[in-house]
Amino acid sequence: MPVGSTVIEVRNLTKRYDGLLAVDGISFEVREGEFFGFLGPNGAGKTTTVRILTGVIKADGGTALIMGSRAGSLKAKQVAGVVPEMSNAYNDLSGWGNLMLMADLYGIASSEAKKRSESLLRALGLLERKDSLVKTYSKGMKQRLILGMALISDPQILFLDEPTSGLDVQSARLIKELLRSLTESGKTIFLTTHDMDEANQLCDRVAIINQGRLAAIDAPEKLRTATSSLHSVEVSFGSAVPLETLEKLSGVSSVKKLGDKYRLYTASPGDLVTSLVNYCCSCGLKIVSLSTLTPSLEDAFVALTEKEAKND
Amino acid sequence: MTDGRIVLQQVRRALSIAKKDIRIYYSKGPVIIFGILFPLFLFLSFAIGRNLSLDFMMPGLLGMILFFTATAISPAVAPWETQARTLERLMSCPVTLPTIVLGDVLASFAFGVAISFIPLIVGIAIGISVSQPIILAFGLILAAFCFSSLGLIFSATPASTPSTIMMLSSMVKFPVVFISGIFIPLGDLPQWGRAIAFVSPLTYFTDIARHSLQQNGYLPVATDVAVLLGFSIFFLVLAMRLHQRTMPRRI
Repeated sequence: MPVGSTVIEVRNLTKRYDGLLAVDGISFEVREGEFFGFLGPNGAGKTTTVRILTGVIKADGGTALIMGSRAGSLKAKQVAGVVPEMSNAYNDLSGWGNLMLMADLYGIASSEAKKRSESLLRALGLLERKDSLVKTYSKGMKQRLILGMALISDPQILFLDEPTSGLDVQSARLIKELLRSLTESGKTIFLTTHDMDEANQLCDRVAIINQGRLAAIDAPEKLRTATSSLHSVEVSFGSAVPLETLEKLSGVSSVKKLGDKYRLYTASPGDLVTSLVNYCCSCGLKIVSLSTLTPSLEDAFVALTEKEAKND
Repeated sequence: MTDGRIVLQQVRRALSIAKKDIRIYYSKGPVIIFGILFPLFLFLSFAIGRNLSLDFMMPGLLGMILFFTATAISPAVAPWETQARTLERLMSCPVTLPTIVLGDVLASFAFGVAISFIPLIVGIAIGISVSQPIILAFGLILAAFCFSSLGLIFSATPASTPSTIMMLSSMVKFPVVFISGIFIPLGDLPQWGRAIAFVSPLTYFTDIARHSLQQNGYLPVATDVAVLLGFSIFFLVLAMRLHQRTMPRRI
């Protein structure tokens, strides 16, 4: 859980592309040692925000500070490691050559760079292929190498833009495990993703961005439970029941028919279960199965982004 | 960290970028062979049959090889890196944009200087004498830097396809060769021809080479050096400014 000082501070950050507002005055903070998820649908402004924070592009308005230094300044870049959205190691260099280049660009002494490269390549399962050109690597191997390139400077903050997107299961798992171990060692991680499971498994807090604006920012569990209208009870009966009858039950906000099952949305699933049992007893209806469902982070994400869209 | 140390640190990182460029883009057999053969054959196609002495031909050939090699690859590096999406990686490293531009210039400079030694050594082997080797070496270094910076101006166009940039650079490079006193000495040109020749940086290197190899340059060496230095600074600063302006459109 976040306990340290603020390491990323964003205030009213704005970025336009040809008149289109890609990032619309967002503000948030990330604390030292925190695993922070930045979620949003495609085109929501995630990559633009990361590019501003990592100094690749400049904001049109607002401020972004990385450990107290302006985002994009040499000081800010020196303390950050970056895994950009697309695979971008140098194909005509070996894995080792790519790591050495990064070490040079971060000003790491040669002996230290060699030590770190060997240890990173071992941890990433690439040591045996260290001298092969990157163009002979698979996508998963390239992405693992890119993570190594981001870690060669032993950064205090790590920015990752969709690091596991389109990867095989083993590579994705290896990267997630490595990220977990990094937060355990006190690194701050800023992860953009649209993979809700990934965010749910890894992040201490998540921010949801939609159409350039922040829709919510909280711990994944709190976001899920806060979306109370998305709690539901899934039930199947011995015989068909009219939807209108179920909609009239106390506390039901809406009903969906899913095959031979009914999903009843409610703010208080416990009370609804009681109502359902009473209803079935009163008319001699048999309950075949019944389960309560809490909303997933994905449900919360969809609800929050749809709410934002409706507000426009 | 003091400003001086930051500058030194950035120069070191520019050298790392240059080393990377040389390994990835320049150290290829076809690039090296093309760097020699293309200007050689272009030169021969104009020189053969004109009964020119070897002493006269050598400064022009040297100028052409240096000009073509120093501007051959550098315009395409930024579009290649845009296409391969490695530019974003470089931009997120603790280097400034001028550092990246300087790194690209230094790689092109090293390639230009190295390739220019080949015709020079061949020329010396077949009997051409270099009467002022220090002036020639200084002129060659300055001109390689100048032409490399010019190459980086071409690459500032925010295109991700190298062919677009190469077409653009060829439109400038070929006319420059023909107005720079390579095939006709400056003294033999009409006044309007000389006025056009003075616009080209290649004119001044060719003149330095004629001083060093033929001992009959048209302008004083100090003037050639001063103008080349002026062109170098102007091209480098312009390349850095143009890249600053167009870089956001590349990413």
